[in-house]
Amino acid sequence: MIAHLPILQVIIPLMAAPICLMLKRAQLVWLFSLIASGLAFAISILLLQQVMTSGVISYELGGWQAPWGIEYRIDKLNAFLLLIVSGISTVVLFAAQTSIEKEIPKNKHVYFYILYLLSLTGMLGIVATGDAFNVFVFLEISSLSAYALIAMGKNRQALWASYQYLIMGTIGATFILIGIGLIYQMTGTLNMYDLSQRLPEVAQTRTVFAAFAFVIVGVCLKLAMFPLHLWLPNAYAYAPSIVTAFFAATATKVAVYLLIRFTFSVFGLSFSFTTVPLQTLFMALGLIGIFAASTSAIYQRNVKHLFAYSSIAQIGYMIVGFSLSTVTGLTATLLHLFNHALMKGAIFLALAAVIYRVGNIELNNLRGLGRQMPLTMAAIVIGGLSLIGVPLTVGFVSKWYLLMALIEQGWWPVAVLILLGSMLAVVYVWRIVEAAYFKAPLDNSSPVKEAPMSFLIPIWTLIIANIYFGIDTRLSVQVAEAAAQSLFGVSL
Amino acid sequence: MLMDLFNHWVVITLMMSGLYIVIAHGNLIKKIVGLSVFQTSVFIFYISMAKVDGGTAPILADDIVQYSNPLPHVLILTAIVVGIATTALGLSLVVRIKEAYGSIEEESIQQQDNQQQDNNAHAKRKQEEEA
Repeated sequence: MIAHLPILQVIIPLMAAPICLMLKRAQLVWLFSLIASGLAFAISILLLQQVMTSGVISYELGGWQAPWGIEYRIDKLNAFLLLIVSGISTVVLFAAQTSIEKEIPKNKHVYFYILYLLSLTGMLGIVATGDAFNVFVFLEISSLSAYALIAMGKNRQALWASYQYLIMGTIGATFILIGIGLIYQMTGTLNMYDLSQRLPEVAQTRTVFAAFAFVIVGVCLKLAMFPLHLWLPNAYAYAPSIVTAFFAATATKVAVYLLIRFTFSVFGLSFSFTTVPLQTLFMALGLIGIFAASTSAIYQRNVKHLFAYSSIAQIGYMIVGFSLSTVTGLTATLLHLFNHALMKGAIFLALAAVIYRVGNIELNNLRGLGRQMPLTMAAIVIGGLSLIGVPLTVGFVSKWYLLMALIEQGWWPVAVLILLGSMLAVVYVWRIVEAAYFKAPLDNSSPVKEAPMSFLIPIWTLIIANIYFGIDTRLSVQVAEAAAQSLFGVSL
Repeated sequence: MLMDLFNHWVVITLMMSGLYIVIAHGNLIKKIVGLSVFQTSVFIFYISMAKVDGGTAPILADDIVQYSNPLPHVLILTAIVVGIATTALGLSLVVRIKEAYGSIEEESIQQQDNQQQDNNAHAKRKQEEEA
């Protein structure tokens, strides 16, 4: 049983999805999906423990040996990502039943859970697999279900946002497919570990350069890196709130994982950063992303739009850490992956609670909510403080590591820019605080009650995690550092 | 030289025209058509890659020594399925967009969205003034 954990991780949500169709009753389906996601979470914890103590786990699918068959290869980096994805999915799913009650018509509830589980399967699969083509297949499983989930949004804009995401996402995925085809042509293998061994021989060919460009652009489309981020704000803003909470906390993280996996493991550090000037390019785009997206966030009226832009800015921080290509820089990026999942998961769940009670999520609707929904608004404020990077929250830990990494390399001006970028976060978080606590409610608005427990429990679980991992950084830092070191040591 | 790489020229031509259609056309159905052309070019690319000069179909038989690489064919079978799913999902989205907006032209949809936003903002300003 223990030997089969890597595949069980992916197959449990995959098998649970069609079973949902047979259960029919929405409440039962919710409980069942929650159990499936919870099981995946439990498995990811076991996997992480196993990897931390005994090193890389290699699982051969169907008993076919590695370079020929598909291999699932769990090292510290994937185990960490699996934990983030399945953990957030479980917590978010807890609130799903109450939230979709008001946002999705009753006859579609069962389909919602099925798509949710499929999307989860896709993300877990991308992370777990050690086969380049398998990545593409899982990428499409998660994306196709994501398009359908986003289209379930209440307003008609959701359809348009989903369509735009479909176009951009498919172009991105096809680019990755072209890249994989080109490297297969050069090396004759699809296994990532095997690729990392064979690519250096042919690294100086134009085909490999083209492959690298296709893969990187494709992945960057998926992770919404500036300037390829245009699909993200509307997709996040108009999707059902639960979907936003799930995707904001996981989808872009998985894409960042792919970026790290392809540049560090498959193509190798020396190719990605020495032969190709990835550092300058990504550092510049990351910084522009932070400023452009944070500035846009300040001018948004819709709070979901505001935090969607803030997500793009946070991706900028991850890209800057990544572009340093040092152990500390990568540690900062991995830490920020984990921490950002906690913050955005909590914030978007709290917004889901506001939508549940108020129905709308324009800044004006937040007026006076500080008193009417104290626990929910407090969660948004703590999440916001974490986004800014205030000490005692997780946001501080990852910003700290990022600054350390920059100073270590003597990038002082960039460090200053990062701090300035955080100031912009202060501005947009303040706009929410101002509306919620310092403005009288509109006359014609009816008083609202605090969010139900089914929201408060998952929201505060994440908020407490936000504070806990901000104070006791041993677990997250240890894993992130170990994962970063393993990427710099023997590749994969 | 030119004819040696005939398949690759076809791939590039299809790929670029597909991408161009996606970007240049405002009609949502045409965009999906472009996307399909773009994806198809990648299928041809994989299939041409698998061809071995003088090779036959990969069948296990005594008199066959040289055969084409079967793996890309299998891979592309999967990619074709993904392509169909994407096209189907895209087209069904277009149907629902047509129902909701009464149009499948990008320009008109964007215009309607902007108008709605302006109206909302206007209503809100009024509300604020009253408050």
